[in-house]
Amino acid sequence: MSSGTDIYHEMIVDYSRNPLNYGEIENHDVTFHDSNPLCGDSIDIDMKIDNHKVTDIKFHGRGCAICMACSSVLTEITKGKSLDDVRKIQKHDILSELGLEHLQAVRIKCALLSLKVLKSALYTYLGTHLENSDGIDTLKTEAENLY
Amino acid sequence: MQSAEFSLENIRKDFPILKRTVRDNKPLVYLDNASTTQKPNQVIDAITDYYRNHNANIHRAVYALAEESTEAYESARDKIANFINVKNRQEIIFVRGTTEAINLVAYAWGRSQINEGDIIVTTEYEHHSNIVPWQLLTQEKRAKLEYIGMNDDGQLILDDLDKYLKTGKVKLVAFSLVSNVLGTITDAEKIIAKCKAAGVPTLIDGAQAVPHMKVDLDTLGCDFFAFSGHKMLAPTGIGVLWVRKSVLQTMNPFHGGGDMIREVHKYETTWNDLPYKFEAGTPNIADVIGFGAAIDYLTKIGMDNVRQHEIELTKYAIEEFAKIPGLKIYGTNDITKRGGVISFNFADVHPHDVAQIIDQEGIALRSGHHCAQVLMERLNVSATSRVSFYIYNTKKDVDALINSLKIVAKVFKL
Repeated sequence: MSSGTDIYHEMIVDYSRNPLNYGEIENHDVTFHDSNPLCGDSIDIDMKIDNHKVTDIKFHGRGCAICMACSSVLTEITKGKSLDDVRKIQKHDILSELGLEHLQAVRIKCALLSLKVLKSALYTYLGTHLENSDGIDTLKTEAENLY
Repeated sequence: MQSAEFSLENIRKDFPILKRTVRDNKPLVYLDNASTTQKPNQVIDAITDYYRNHNANIHRAVYALAEESTEAYESARDKIANFINVKNRQEIIFVRGTTEAINLVAYAWGRSQINEGDIIVTTEYEHHSNIVPWQLLTQEKRAKLEYIGMNDDGQLILDDLDKYLKTGKVKLVAFSLVSNVLGTITDAEKIIAKCKAAGVPTLIDGAQAVPHMKVDLDTLGCDFFAFSGHKMLAPTGIGVLWVRKSVLQTMNPFHGGGDMIREVHKYETTWNDLPYKFEAGTPNIADVIGFGAAIDYLTKIGMDNVRQHEIELTKYAIEEFAKIPGLKIYGTNDITKRGGVISFNFADVHPHDVAQIIDQEGIALRSGHHCAQVLMERLNVSATSRVSFYIYNTKKDVDALINSLKIVAKVFKL
């Protein structure tokens, strides 16, 4: 059961102190920001995209250990992937990586904020770069209904 | 030391929730009283007694039940007037809480009084409920919202107020009597004196003050005063707006509807007497009666005893916090200038992580921005952890908190 104190295992605590892919990308092709109104977690994601592939991704902002660890894992998973594959990333991919499958409802938004930002960033990018942007609305809906 | 009426042991017996355990069979240590307090049997019983035995709408019908419910509702108004030393019961308006009270003023007073170029002044340590209504109003009227700044000790910089008053454009100064994050007790007398000299009305958010210390509106001399029942043992969804009668008489209604009218014709309506002009619709009768029971309870304990108890706990907690390396307390260490609220951060651990870990030990405290993001910006933090005490908290509660923080230190290798 990943609740209470158990969720604070080595990896979460380490990533919260030393997050992966933390920072900004100066010449990003897309950037997106969002926050959780109730807890104040706040995340920006910058991406560099070439040939329909995420060549670089960084995040910055403030959040709890769960938020920082999940943002680290998400950006690590995303880096190098084709946009089609990035679209397929689901919440389970992040949560399972960190053993957070049973995270209590009140903390799930901390874990998934960065995924929400990623989906919104992708939606923004595809909306301006695709000749045929049909079907990208599902991304927006997914972001809105993530938690 | 408290006087004889203050028996912590007896008080705790009145709160059934304090007997329960949480999580892994841990006794509940409830330290989120600035958010809402627990309710004693006396309040719970008053509400159930009303629904079981007296339920009827007020002010209209002539039958026995209606007479009883009207009497109970109106006597709660008298108890509250007496509790905050208000001489005229017509000045006590029942609302849902502090937020609705301030919105009522912004709407029913502000919309006719604030014009383009006017200034409303608030402070850097306000709750969102004393910021957002003024943002809405000033934006609508093309007026300006200005802030009294705060120094690093959590005290307001009153030179800022002087600066704004000098412009001659200030139409209202709105501030909280006690900060919900820092516990700072505002020097209300000084602010009101300055405003009076400049002919500017004042509004006080008393949500964190009335539950914890003697508040005397007759001597305070402000023009609007708001507070909530649920932060002082009463049910949620009931609060009070007090407005000086001379000001209240100039105000338009907030909501139109039943009970607030004298006569309604097809195209015009005349208003009911004060305070009913501002209490449209069937009010929250049961919770007003519960509020009355809460006032009785606090009156019996004595507000000086409440304050004294909180001073002792706060002092003890601040001393114990000081022994923990990496624990930073916000606001003043001067106990005479702060209520029973302590915000802190623990090294680099996010407050949500602190709250989650100590929750496993049965400890309920608040983490987050506490509806005071302007203050969080001023402190340059995204969130804090906050403990806040009430009459039923003990030094043992503080000890349990301190012990649980040791677990946080272990998990985060501090």
